[in-house]
Amino acid sequence: MSVGTGVRIGLIVFVVAIMQVSAFSSVSIAGGGPNVLLVTLVAIALLRGAVTGAIAGFAAGLIVDIATLGTLGLTALLLTLAGFWAGRYGETTGRARAHAPLAATLAATLFVELGGYGLHSLLGEPVAARTVLAALPAALTWNAALTYPVFGLVRRLIGATERLERAREVEILV
Amino acid sequence: MLGVTVRRPATGKPPSRTTSALLRRVVVGILVVLALVLITFSFRKPDDGPVASAESTASSVLRPFTIAGERVAQPFRDVYGWGDSLLTARSDAKQLRAENVALRQQAIQNQFAANENDKLKALLAFRDGPRFPDDYTGLAAAVIARPTGSFAQDVVVAVGSNDGVALDAPVVTQDGFLGRVTRVYTRSARVTLLTDEQLAVSALDVKSGAAGIVKHGRASASTLIFDRVPKKLRVAVGDTIVTAGWRSSKLASLYPRGIPIGRVTSVGQADTDLWKQVQVEPFADFDRVDAVLVLVRKDGQP
Repeated sequence: MSVGTGVRIGLIVFVVAIMQVSAFSSVSIAGGGPNVLLVTLVAIALLRGAVTGAIAGFAAGLIVDIATLGTLGLTALLLTLAGFWAGRYGETTGRARAHAPLAATLAATLFVELGGYGLHSLLGEPVAARTVLAALPAALTWNAALTYPVFGLVRRLIGATERLERAREVEILV
Repeated sequence: MLGVTVRRPATGKPPSRTTSALLRRVVVGILVVLALVLITFSFRKPDDGPVASAESTASSVLRPFTIAGERVAQPFRDVYGWGDSLLTARSDAKQLRAENVALRQQAIQNQFAANENDKLKALLAFRDGPRFPDDYTGLAAAVIARPTGSFAQDVVVAVGSNDGVALDAPVVTQDGFLGRVTRVYTRSARVTLLTDEQLAVSALDVKSGAAGIVKHGRASASTLIFDRVPKKLRVAVGDTIVTAGWRSSKLASLYPRGIPIGRVTSVGQADTDLWKQVQVEPFADFDRVDAVLVLVRKDGQP
């Protein structure tokens, strides 16, 4: 990955993370709102792989934790794992499949919402499962609706990576 | 020809699968461990220590960006709010007209009661606790960040200890009680909303004087319940619930008396329950908080 692409990914993550905490989080329809940051992260991970996804997820989560004065590292942990998983999915099973962005976004949304609930509970913070479950359908719908526009935009900005694990040999069938 | 294997010409040396897999695992391992270390430090010492001071500095650095994001989003929120209010304008106007008639009558009665109350207090040399809004000044602040998940019910406001904000300071909007300050940095503070699981406020029914505790409801995130109200006390639909602001010899409520919280929407009681089941619709709109007032005592006491 070139330095220019790295800088572009950094800028995208920073701007979207700031907009997520200051603007998108205030949107609430039918009990939930869009997590544009997560959708963007999944797009970056699918296009650039697991390592980039994990690093971008960690940076994005750290910005969110700092900006919301929350428990430092909590969102960073969730988004690191979400970015890493989405990247691996893009490198393996989801490679060149049209439904890969949608499937990855839905799975990542489920993971972040339920994982967030689990982590908060582990830390002894009172969290109501019903609140999380009630917000889940709206969050999934919002994120699903945003998946392809965001994916297209991110691909235009950073491009798709060349696959590292190329086949060294090809078999010609005539 | 079928089944012929042709070697592709080498164009540079691609990384082997083993190296790439190892790199992946090392990177994600380091990041996960780093996140866990941050969680541990932040959880054990949320308000002091090196991690807290680093977070404070970093939040000060991010503050201009979150304020800029907030300003960019504000016109869009205004447009949405305008469109949303148009849908309910007719029913709102009807409700407000009816409320206005009732309040006009009530205001006259209240004026008489207030005059009488002042005279009696003067006669008794009665010493009262701090009252809202007379004994407090409100620090107006914009909401600059909100949580990204549904599991947190708090917002970040653009005032901090430099502006006189103290921990546990009550926070209100123009409509009513919102929550309290649970974390303070120099230029920002975190406000935990009343809809959060860990927040409750002692309250009373203005009409009947029935006292209880207002906390998050079970029906939805933005509904509250007026709990611990004995069944013998009277609470009616439409009654206004305000903060109780009690004071005993050594202890005092964090919140001043008289901040409006909400209106009673349903009252029920079962033979097996000790308390009434009272639902309250909050005056403040917890889903659309753009600006708040952080209350600071005029006499400088916390």
